[in-house]
Amino acid sequence: MEELIRMEKVTAAYGQDPVLVNVDLAVAPGAFMGIVGPSGSGKTSVLRVMTGSLRPIAGRVEKPPRLRIGYVPQVDTVNWYFPVTVREAVLMGRTGDRRLPWASREELRLADQVLEHLGIAGVADRHIRELSGGQQQRVFVARAMLRRPQLLLLDEPTSGVDVRTRHDVLHLLHELHHDGLAIVVTTHDLNGVAAHLPELVCLHREVVARGRPREVLTPEVLERTYGAPMEVLIHGGMPVVVDPAGIAEDEKVVPLEGGHHEHAG
Amino acid sequence: MSTLVEPFSYEFFRNGILVATLSGVLTGLVGVYVVLRGMSYIGHGLSHAIFGGAVASFVTNVNFFLGAGTWGVVSTLLINRVARRRTIGADAAIGVVTSASLAFGLALLSRFRSFTRNFDAALFGNVLGVELADLAVVGGVTLAAGLFVFLLYRPLLFATFDPEVAEASGVRTGWLDTGFAIVLAATVVATMQILGVLLIAAMLVIPPVIGRLLTDSFGRMLGLSVLIGGLSGFAGMYLSWYLNISSGATIVLVAAAVFVVVYAISGARRRLPQREPAVG
Repeated sequence: MEELIRMEKVTAAYGQDPVLVNVDLAVAPGAFMGIVGPSGSGKTSVLRVMTGSLRPIAGRVEKPPRLRIGYVPQVDTVNWYFPVTVREAVLMGRTGDRRLPWASREELRLADQVLEHLGIAGVADRHIRELSGGQQQRVFVARAMLRRPQLLLLDEPTSGVDVRTRHDVLHLLHELHHDGLAIVVTTHDLNGVAAHLPELVCLHREVVARGRPREVLTPEVLERTYGAPMEVLIHGGMPVVVDPAGIAEDEKVVPLEGGHHEHAG
Repeated sequence: MSTLVEPFSYEFFRNGILVATLSGVLTGLVGVYVVLRGMSYIGHGLSHAIFGGAVASFVTNVNFFLGAGTWGVVSTLLINRVARRRTIGADAAIGVVTSASLAFGLALLSRFRSFTRNFDAALFGNVLGVELADLAVVGGVTLAAGLFVFLLYRPLLFATFDPEVAEASGVRTGWLDTGFAIVLAATVVATMQILGVLLIAAMLVIPPVIGRLLTDSFGRMLGLSVLIGGLSGFAGMYLSWYLNISSGATIVLVAAAVFVVVYAISGARRRLPQREPAVG
């Protein structure tokens, strides 16, 4: 098997309601894949199926038995008042490697190495709430990295962050990908994140389209994915998605050939 | 000086202060996870539910610890099961199970009034009547809870902080939750005679909350909570001798007094200029 993970005709549900239907998806070593789709489209569920915390009710998931996966949750789900320092949070990535409560010298060395690599070594003894948005995201990337993963999964890593933090996180992910790590990231941000990734999957319970951003960020695919009409501009060779409901009448876009559009205002 | 050490010349007091200190250590240890898992209401409700089991075990002539302990574990598992129904919710599930169990105990009490007096200790705590068997039970449960936390420190911390990612990382959160429910039920049963049904929840909550006010580190919070719980047990029991007040109430009042002082100091500290938030 060449892929790290292969999902074949996967259907998954919480109770009676299916959240994924017949999903086929494969992640190759060194992949950098974005998953986009509206709320409730099953983006997080795909990640849960990959980690094994959501079991499909139909279909197959194939992955090597010792595949190491690092999972970075949405920061909205983190309890920021929980009493943990940055170092304590990062060392949770070594749960299962050692029985004793305290960290070994080797573990401390590894944790410091990862913190240094991600540029947050200076805040190791601070409480997680005392950090900036970009640093907070890096803490959870560091925790995942301490598992020495072959595949890193991130759930909405730029949700609710400012532009600078979004750039910061994207830059970090590109660096990690450059180092050879396979990455799958879910996002709502079509222009700020999805358009900058090498490969995209449009999801609406099933895979609507898969390919490079220019191939899948088209009005047709987006309408099938989001159930609402959207316009697409090409700016600097990159697709820019525009929600027509969000712009004034005199700024409406005019269609260009090939389904893409140019701004009129 | 001799007045200060006088109570220690009595064996029942030595047993009592030892068991009160151990109870403080035990509730301080287990309470950290109760508070951080948002289970304070379970701790409160469980002590009420187990009272029903305590009465039932007396009526059926079953050993108190065995009967009440089994009742506690079953109540906790029932709460977990009822709470899984999304239309009900955890708080309502706790209310249903624990109130029904308490009502069952009270119904038995009113039917068999002859032994009502024996349950004063269960309701309000009476550390002076502690026997060696009670000491052994509290010591055994403290040791077992300590081992549980020591051996499962890492997965327990991960599952408490971030259950979803912990599960995705291979931590068996379902087993941990069940194991912790058993430890919590055992804690409530073991300390019931010392602290009383009505006051156990306070000792499960106050020492950890004081620890949280004093530190931002989980490891230090755990240590502080155990220390504060143990010291409250020791000081409360000691003071109750001189003040002639119920030992359970004195222990909780000592812990509450420490909370007031720490809360005031930490509030004053917060009003001082703080470290600049990190940038970048």
